Amino acid sequence: MNEVLQQFLNPEIISKVWLYLLKGLGTTALLSLMVVPLGLASGLAVAALWSLRRRWLNGLLIVYVDFFRAFPPLVLLLFIYFGLPFIGIEIPAIVAVAIGFLLNTSSYYGEIFRAGIESVPRGQWEAARSTGLSWAQTMINVVVPQATRNVLPDLISNTLEVVKLTTLASVVAIPELLNAARNAQALTYNATPIVLAALMYLVLLWPVVRLISRLEHKAVAVR
Amino acid sequence: MELDRLAFTFFNAEIAREYWPDIAKGFFVTLQLGLATIAAGLALGLALAMARSFQMRVVNWTIVLFADVLRALPPLMVIIIFFFAFPYAGMPMNAFTATWLSLSLVLAAFSEEIFWAGIVSIPKGQYEAARSTGMSAWQTLLNVILPQAVRLTIPPLTNRTIAITKGTALGSVVALAEILGSAHSASSLAGNPTPLTLGAIAYLLLFIPFVLFGRWVETRFAWKR
Repeated sequence: MNEVLQQFLNPEIISKVWLYLLKGLGTTALLSLMVVPLGLASGLAVAALWSLRRRWLNGLLIVYVDFFRAFPPLVLLLFIYFGLPFIGIEIPAIVAVAIGFLLNTSSYYGEIFRAGIESVPRGQWEAARSTGLSWAQTMINVVVPQATRNVLPDLISNTLEVVKLTTLASVVAIPELLNAARNAQALTYNATPIVLAALMYLVLLWPVVRLISRLEHKAVAVR
Repeated sequence: MELDRLAFTFFNAEIAREYWPDIAKGFFVTLQLGLATIAAGLALGLALAMARSFQMRVVNWTIVLFADVLRALPPLMVIIIFFFAFPYAGMPMNAFTATWLSLSLVLAAFSEEIFWAGIVSIPKGQYEAARSTGMSAWQTLLNVILPQAVRLTIPPLTNRTIAITKGTALGSVVALAEILGSAHSASSLAGNPTPLTLGAIAYLLLFIPFVLFGRWVETRFAWKR
């Protein structure tokens, strides 16, 4: 038992690395703060374009969304980060992460917002337009608030997925939490940093998982 | 940049000819990993949901704990735990096993929650009616509750399964020779990103049919209330 503790929860190593890991956690938080609003905005844009109901546009959107939902995000990230320099475009890792995550999350959030917008009764559109509101005003003031309320559980669930996705940034050497844990583990020859990082993720994300669980049960029951 | 240079860089025929066998090998590893993950993950998830339906408090708490932890942790973190931390406990495992185990457990956690939500949404009357015709609890579960519950949950289930199977790419982080791993090393070796393009095509060849299959399963078997 003591051996297990030495290998997995070594107090000495914890005291040495916890600040380093905390910095990693901060980077994870910053990454999330960057990626989630970008994803939400682009997803909303995709859904808004869809609601214009132009056949050629919808065809393009379907291809876009299906492509980026089928394509693994890690492959996309590495393609952008390692492939682009070959044609002369050097981009810093963080920009590659931003672009890759934007493409991926815009398709997931786009689908969610699209379902939300379609769930708003057509009568709302017609009533709003007939009072003189423009298309944009209708979207912003009438449709999107209702749509968002309808799909809030899915939005929260997907946001959790996006936060978990930030671990992929460690592959392009961005110093977020998982990266810090792996570095610390390599330096100390001990699994404690990994266990510590796992605990940090749990503390951060467990409450959200509980919340989603509550909402999920309601959603399936209503169907 | 001119179209020629783009083609030469990303679609170089010579380099493609040289490296496509590696990508093909990676394709089969990814395929095996994906199928193994789905089989183990869904089976375990269903088993856990069924266990939960017997309403034993300790069992329920353990299952909920398991599901919560594995849904909260990023999949890459779970792979790292199994690959880098378990050897310190005397349980070293190779990249394939670590990736398969992690992804299966994560899929089991998500699918257990999805199956459970389905089981819970079946009206209590179904259970009572079945029991009152003389069926045991097991028979009720297998013949009445599960067929309905599973069909209700097919849309979220196919979605989640596809999402987690894309996680097979994460195996490349622990040097598993699946598509991304082989494509990336081939690219570095060749000094040209064409193998990465081949890898991307391989992924599309694998996942587009997968997504379409999921859609077909949905339209064929799912119930919409």
